Amino acid sequence: MGWGSLSGFLAMGGYGMYVWPSFGATALCMVWEVLALRHRRAVAFKEIAQYRRAEGGPQ
Amino acid sequence: MELERINWFRFSSVQAVYPLAGTLIPWFAALAMLCMTAGLYIGLFAAPTDYQQGDAYRIIFVHVPAAWMSMFLYVVMAGWAGLGLGLNARPSLMMAQAVAPTGAMFTFLALLTGALWGKPTWGTWWVWDARLTSELILLFQYLGFILLQAAIDDRRRADRASAVLALVGVVNVPIIYYSVRWWNTLHQGASVSMTATPKMAATMVTAMLLMALGFWMYSIAVTLTRMRCVILERERQTSWVQEMKVS
Repeated sequence: MGWGSLSGFLAMGGYGMYVWPSFGATALCMVWEVLALRHRRAVAFKEIAQYRRAEGGPQ
Repeated sequence: MELERINWFRFSSVQAVYPLAGTLIPWFAALAMLCMTAGLYIGLFAAPTDYQQGDAYRIIFVHVPAAWMSMFLYVVMAGWAGLGLGLNARPSLMMAQAVAPTGAMFTFLALLTGALWGKPTWGTWWVWDARLTSELILLFQYLGFILLQAAIDDRRRADRASAVLALVGVVNVPIIYYSVRWWNTLHQGASVSMTATPKMAATMVTAMLLMALGFWMYSIAVTLTRMRCVILERERQTSWVQEMKVS
């Protein structure tokens, strides 16, 4: 502990401009990957439904 | 007796993998959240400032886990590829395909956070030393695997060609890992190892290992999610997918 204040925490001992982009980029990539997969899944289901319609529905 | 009743080939069928992955994903996702929350808390609030590097060292909590995952996931990908080639098992080859993008992402993150760490500690974003160069090559290997998968129309040939590529490239992983020992690099040596006492404070090590565990669980959750997507995309025309309740 011992950051004292929020600004002290954000300053990271003068290295904030290196520390926070590192954490931020990592978080951004992970969130983006999860959202991209959610989208990919939705597209896959849409294509399954399209195929089903084209085939005249399940037996 | 009981063992004989289990059909071991059941899970080589994608139809069985799909629901199994679906059951496992929430557990791994929850574990990932838990580990990363704890790791971030300890890393940002409990771990002390480093006497040499100041607070810049805190980049270690994302950089090292990302770098570990970049190498580990490559070995996992090559393992699935090898298994798929050897046993001609389609789900294994699909798993290799599902791992690759996450591996590429962590390689990119290892390089990016490494540059952000290098600037304040070495005075440069990038240097062509053995560790950094071999890690950059790893990124190209992942991208090559993904591009080769996408470039070949025949699914079977795409799987086999990219599996061979993945297997050949696995030789780079020990090169990355031992590069700091084999060559005189600017990159520092290993901070933790199985055999020696860590060169860092216990709270630092704990935070780093928690983050690494969190990234690992995250990778499993995300890879299984992508595996399900790959199955849906490839099995679109099969009756079991067509009869599945679309949610």
